[in-house]
Amino acid sequence: MSLVASSSRHISGQRPLLQRLAMASEPYLYVAPALILIVAVMLVPLVLGLSYAFRDVRLLNPFSGGFVGLDHFRVLASDVAFARALKNTLLWAGASVSLQFTFGLILALLLDRPFRGRAIAQALVFLPWAVPSFLSGLNWAWMFNPVVGPLPHWAFALGLTSAPTNLLSDPTMAMWGPIIANVWWGIPFFAITLLAALQAIPRDLYEAASIDGANAVQRFLSITLPFLAPTIAITVLLRTVWIANFADLIIVMTNGGPADRTQIVASYIFTQAFRRLDFGYASAIAVVLLVLLMTYSLLIVLLRQSLLRRA
Amino acid sequence: MASIDIVGIRKAYGALQILHGIDLTIRDGEFIVLVGPSGCGKSTLLRMIAGLEDISAGEIRIDGRRVNDLPPRDRDIAMVFQSYALYPHMTVAENMSYSLRLRKTGREKIAAAIDGAASILGLNTLMERRPKALSGGQRQRVAMGRAIVRAPKAFLFDEPLSNLDARLREQMRGEIKKLHHSLSATSVYVTHDQIEAMTLADRIVALNGGVVQQVGTPLDLYDRPANLFVAGFIGSPAMNMIEGRYRSDRVSAWVELAEGLILPLHKTLQRAGIDEEEAADVEDGAAVTIGIRPEHIFLDPGVGGFEATVELIEPTGLGTILHLRLGGVSFKAFSLERSDAAIGDRLSVSLPPERLHAFDAADGVRLI
Amino acid sequence: MRKRQIASTVAHRTAIVLYIAVALFPLYWLLKVSVTPNDLLYTEGVRLWPSRTGFEHYIFVLKHSDFPRFFANSLIVSGATAIIVTVLAATAGYALSRFTFRGKYWIVALMLLTQMFPLVMLVAPIFKMLSPLGLTNSLTGLVIVYVAFNVPFATFLMQSFFDGIPKELEEAAMIDGATRFRAFRQIILPLTLPGIAATLGFVFTAAWSELLFALMLISSTAASTFPVGLLSFVSKFSVDFGQMMAAGVMALIPACLFFLLIQRYLVQGLTAGAVKG
Repeated sequence: MSLVASSSRHISGQRPLLQRLAMASEPYLYVAPALILIVAVMLVPLVLGLSYAFRDVRLLNPFSGGFVGLDHFRVLASDVAFARALKNTLLWAGASVSLQFTFGLILALLLDRPFRGRAIAQALVFLPWAVPSFLSGLNWAWMFNPVVGPLPHWAFALGLTSAPTNLLSDPTMAMWGPIIANVWWGIPFFAITLLAALQAIPRDLYEAASIDGANAVQRFLSITLPFLAPTIAITVLLRTVWIANFADLIIVMTNGGPADRTQIVASYIFTQAFRRLDFGYASAIAVVLLVLLMTYSLLIVLLRQSLLRRA
Repeated sequence: MASIDIVGIRKAYGALQILHGIDLTIRDGEFIVLVGPSGCGKSTLLRMIAGLEDISAGEIRIDGRRVNDLPPRDRDIAMVFQSYALYPHMTVAENMSYSLRLRKTGREKIAAAIDGAASILGLNTLMERRPKALSGGQRQRVAMGRAIVRAPKAFLFDEPLSNLDARLREQMRGEIKKLHHSLSATSVYVTHDQIEAMTLADRIVALNGGVVQQVGTPLDLYDRPANLFVAGFIGSPAMNMIEGRYRSDRVSAWVELAEGLILPLHKTLQRAGIDEEEAADVEDGAAVTIGIRPEHIFLDPGVGGFEATVELIEPTGLGTILHLRLGGVSFKAFSLERSDAAIGDRLSVSLPPERLHAFDAADGVRLI
Repeated sequence: MRKRQIASTVAHRTAIVLYIAVALFPLYWLLKVSVTPNDLLYTEGVRLWPSRTGFEHYIFVLKHSDFPRFFANSLIVSGATAIIVTVLAATAGYALSRFTFRGKYWIVALMLLTQMFPLVMLVAPIFKMLSPLGLTNSLTGLVIVYVAFNVPFATFLMQSFFDGIPKELEEAAMIDGATRFRAFRQIILPLTLPGIAATLGFVFTAAWSELLFALMLISSTAASTFPVGLLSFVSKFSVDFGQMMAAGVMALIPACLFFLLIQRYLVQGLTAGAVKG
């Protein structure tokens, strides 16, 4: 009798174990395909790329591949083009982000106010975001081209330039070409995120403030800005990293020229890898870029922590 | 219909214990209400019966069959959710027939089942609507209908009325009771609302902190709360609690309250069926908490009363709630009479000994 | 008071119109040049609309250039990427939304990490990895790379859509007699369709726009995507502006179509990869 009871318990206990195992592995099965792909196509190349930085890897030289230690970094330290690219990256990211943000915030505030045709206006002003980046680059390169573009002629007519010349071939000003294209292309990003944050602010706060006697400017400073601050902080900081790495427009519009005047670090890496096929050197630059970005991200995290602690 | 046995059920999320060993037998056709404050584990217990939560230890049996490892679909139970959980992309008819369609029930049978449920719940004209186009009360009915068409072994209700306004809640409460009366289906109903618990339940299970405090009929819990928690939870306005010291000698027992007030316990002991001799096992001098419901306090008894000061008057329409102060003790009295008392008046009140409850002040367990 | 209100309204509308003008002008110019016959392009200079229009550039591009092939290649690559990513992201996003499991934190952290580091770093090593496998100059290789790049962001996006569907719906379905998979298929999936469409749109747009990896991995005309083809056309025939811009307008069309599709979900899409965690 007791034997029967115990054996039946044994049987009923066995299936649940298998079942439980199947249930426990379910989420991993769902995530696995995505995860395997990410590891194989992003993580493995990342590690491989780090190793290239210390090796001589040139595509056209079959005898390359040897370990060269810190040689690439020694060359890099005295590479004038790299130093210029670093400086250009600062200008590129700083100017692009601050202008995108300023115009994006103004646009978001304009769109936060209800008016007739707002949906259509919104779709039209956000349209540049949908334009593929290579096409934005080409489009603006053409706009700056005196042969087919209107901008040089307008600038000449306004007396800004002495002749209708191409901004992109002017060594002192060329960087502003891609920056203008980038601002045009990136305003919607900030406008969309800030608009969402604006619309999440409870309306009755504004009503309460009006009753308390605050005017429009005071309401903006005492309600809107504090509510937007976290969104602003996080989007600006993340966007800066993204734009610092964003080489498409430069590759398309100037290819780093004239004379490396518009080269940023990301486009310099691409040029080394794509045109010179020097993967080792390209990876060494990439390692430096990665270290710089990690330092920047670390600073953000520390800043965030100290802000949180104060709050 | 079926019985449900809950044996030594425990639930833990990591180190956090939610349920500390629940034992409960639900009889076939019985309407059980799990009641308690939020976070007491009542919903967790219900979800464990449904199969939506893993069982950390113990066993649940439906109709004598162990269901611990059965997925919800094989337990043959229906559940009404607090949010109703109606499928937004299906019409009312589709919502109600979904379970039958999953079970490959015949077309005519399905039509008959949902027609029946629809006419019981008065949903006939709404069958082609989507949930979005229904009012809160109608959605609630559809959720009920979805459960009814199944004719399941048991109904589970997870705070089904708490998203309705007061009037609708009262109306639906009545309908659920009628429904149970006609279907006499085994039902487990979770609520934090003690009125729902009192009015609906065959038996109430009062839960607090993952531990069963008392199981009994609504009037059991009202008349003889097993501990301070149940005493305070059941009844509105809530029972008055007064700290005191138990005293007894060979002849009688009494409680000394603050400032030398004395409450005789004579008749309380009689009602409890305890001889005064037996009552002596409550130690002389023990700290006790005396409970008395506001509706059991006599106002203007004439002789033998205490003089209390009126601090606040709350007319409820049905009667009056008086906030009184007696020495250092504040308490409430409820009377069906309209009161013409004013704040600051002194009233004579009496606390009938047969209506007194005495609890151990330390662990809250009922003494007398 | 009333005057000030009118003034503010006028200023507001003017600003909006200005923004729209700046946003649309370059695209308008693209369109204008693409329909300007060659003989007018240089003689009429900066005119807002040519005195005569024609579709000869489009006809040339469609009939005598490789652009139809580039267009088809891009369509195949972007379409395949969008579909595969959406399937993978839907399953992974569902797991992240509905299950608590050990390792979830690390998976999310890993996916966030991939959103942070410069992808341009991977150009060289990915080329080295794919070339012995015969996956350079191949659309398949491109699809594999694009899928991996877009899966993390799409997963977060799908997760946010699943998070928006109450868990009780699935529980109700399971009590009604459905298996978890059936509940997913019959209850969750129909409710996530808009989200799936949005994810398809976002990924398609991203793949359609990708330039650097396509440049690196593709050198043959046969396997070129639209951006690669357009760029090589630009460097080879840099005087055929009309044709280039006609090709540019063609590249714009699918992007605009998908923009309309995902417009409602822009906010969710833009914040999915960035602000989570």
